[in-house]
Amino acid sequence: MAVAFTGTPEQEKQLLAVIGEMKETKGALMPILQKAQEIYGYLPIEVQKLIADKTDTPIEKIYGVVTFYSQFSLYPKGKFQVSICLGTACYVKGAGDIYDELKKQLKIDGGGCTEDGKYSLDACRCIGACGLAPVMMVNDDVYGRLTTKEIKGILDKYS
Amino acid sequence: MFRSQVLVCGGTGCTSGGSTKIVEALHAEIAKNNLENEVNIVTTGCFGLCANGPIVLVYPEGVFYSQVKVENIATIVSEHLLKGRIVKSLVYDETLDKDAIKSLNETNFYKKQHRIALRNCGVINPEDIDEYIGTGGYEALGKVLTSMKPEDVIQTILDSGLRGRGGGGFPTGLKWKLARNIVPNAPQKYVCCNADEGDPGAFMDRSVLEGDPHAVLEAMAIAGYAIGATQGYIYVRAEYPIAIKRLEIAIKQAREYGLLGENIFETGFNFDIGLRLGAGAFVCGEETALMTSIEGNRGEPRPRPPFPAEKGLFDSPTILNNVETYANVCQIILNGAEWFSAMGTEKSKGTKVFALGGKINNTGLVEIPMGTTLRTVIEEIGGGIPDGKKFKAAQTGGPSGGCIPPEHLDIEIDYDNLVAIGSMMGSGGLIVMDEDNCMVDIAKFFLEFTVDESCGKCTPCRIGTRRMYEILEKITKGQASMEDIDKLEKLCYHIKENSLCGLGQTAPNPVLSTLRYFKDEYVAHIKDKKCPAGVCKDLLSFSIIPEKCKGCSACARVCPVGAITGELKKPYTIDTDKCIKCGACVSTCKFGAIIKK
Repeated sequence: MAVAFTGTPEQEKQLLAVIGEMKETKGALMPILQKAQEIYGYLPIEVQKLIADKTDTPIEKIYGVVTFYSQFSLYPKGKFQVSICLGTACYVKGAGDIYDELKKQLKIDGGGCTEDGKYSLDACRCIGACGLAPVMMVNDDVYGRLTTKEIKGILDKYS
Repeated sequence: MFRSQVLVCGGTGCTSGGSTKIVEALHAEIAKNNLENEVNIVTTGCFGLCANGPIVLVYPEGVFYSQVKVENIATIVSEHLLKGRIVKSLVYDETLDKDAIKSLNETNFYKKQHRIALRNCGVINPEDIDEYIGTGGYEALGKVLTSMKPEDVIQTILDSGLRGRGGGGFPTGLKWKLARNIVPNAPQKYVCCNADEGDPGAFMDRSVLEGDPHAVLEAMAIAGYAIGATQGYIYVRAEYPIAIKRLEIAIKQAREYGLLGENIFETGFNFDIGLRLGAGAFVCGEETALMTSIEGNRGEPRPRPPFPAEKGLFDSPTILNNVETYANVCQIILNGAEWFSAMGTEKSKGTKVFALGGKINNTGLVEIPMGTTLRTVIEEIGGGIPDGKKFKAAQTGGPSGGCIPPEHLDIEIDYDNLVAIGSMMGSGGLIVMDEDNCMVDIAKFFLEFTVDESCGKCTPCRIGTRRMYEILEKITKGQASMEDIDKLEKLCYHIKENSLCGLGQTAPNPVLSTLRYFKDEYVAHIKDKKCPAGVCKDLLSFSIIPEKCKGCSACARVCPVGAITGELKKPYTIDTDKCIKCGACVSTCKFGAIIKK
């Protein structure tokens, strides 16, 4: 899934400011990557190269760290980020079926993004709303006590 | 002075249920009724009874409104806060006693709890340091710095019997003692806090950070004084935005008050704390992996020795304790080691917080004295299983723990008892399962998790867990033979013995414990090709009950493979050879005429 990099000079300026600020901090790589993902929405190779250059870190180390942690993404996410909680409490209450329904409705697999860039789907590990299990999130909105029948209606709200 | 205090839960559970909007509505309604000078609104941390959220508590009466919606706020303000008439229809029914309102502490959910780590959660505004100080906050740090030697602090913690609440159960005082003494003249030492709560289904650490962040900061400063460190780090999951925000506020306020930083209490003691965010890796809950991650690397564990007490973060002596462990420290300093060790069992002192979840009525957070029976937690505090279903198992310890069957319900919960029956305390997730949960499927669920989260550094864990997962998948598809169970069991012991870190060493536990107590379910999958709980899709078959079918054809129209046929207004039938078991027909049928078994 190749997506053309569309970073702007403003974004680059923001990132350079973050790197300048953090350069002297011990173990600064993780916070820099987190800020970079906030700025760009994901961490394409172009951004990783920039960080490697400016922090004198080998690119393979940066790539190694980025691919190790599940929160860092090499690809852009959808406009609406759907994530279904697959924590144990949600799972025993049927989150697996909700996940299947989401895949069916969106016609994508976990970790994927619809072709129009509108929806991306991820499974996450416990957002901590176990009282509302099973739970899913669309961007910052939380939906709890879900049944498979409600999924289509919820997705339709976002377009 | 306000005549009424309205406490609204601002924990993650209630926030997900809309409590932020409730606070906004309260402010608006109170302004409308000109009550701004009489009623104070406080956003607190978690009350614990998440199943009944969003929660609003009104003092001085102590009225507990549960499952409050924004639409209810106008009524609560105009009736209760303006006219003094309690809105009984919204009150948590267990606190309603004919004409009077019972105290929360008399309800089944709260009466057997004993709150030490959670003592301020749902009581104070976590974003206001003055409220923490008002409940005795930072007194313990003052006492330690002005009247105790570091050795005395360590001795107090040792005497209290406090053990690590992250799951390992290592004596906290001993950890501190080692870090103080192994390298006495180290130029730098570190105090770390493990807030990378990875067990999916455990949220006690998050609730402490959201509800009482200063308790953790204060305890870390005490630990710093005890071992001779001046810098602390809290490694917190990035998935906990509310906890992170409240920690940032708390650190800033503590610095402003001179309770973090230089020359604290004018004793010459310096201590500061930095936040580091995780990025979604379960293995980072392991101590050496966590430190490697703070250093800015892939969070892979490293062999021990050297132990962190000798060579930890940035190669300096380091202690790492869990959030809940720290949350006990200040109370032990203030009330004494004997007070703490009087609670609990012989080898496990104090209390433990559990996150109750799954098939249980009172989902939420409970803190119980060690030694309380599992039955008390599930049946009394948890209010039992919903819909009259039968209890099948309680899972503790998450992906590292095991399933506890009904015959062990009377076990007294402590570190050693849980290990003896093949589970473990873990960080405190307690997931209840009923007759509709398949234990093979649950074992497979946890293995899928460990396969996904294995860091890949050592072979037994990287490859072994995958092989285990494949065998479990074969079983749930009805393609396994009885020899596969022996193979699976052997693999379990190899992985336990040969993995580098705790993740791999405990990954087989969910399989071993379900094999021990629920072997009949494994056998049913293999020999009878049946899933007794009706969960494993490949072993299910769908059929239509002719008596219930009205012949409306809705199922036939929705079936993606044309497996359902029939004549209108007569019972339809499913061709099981064609059926792909997608379940579309079941969710379409309005008459409950399609069953899977």
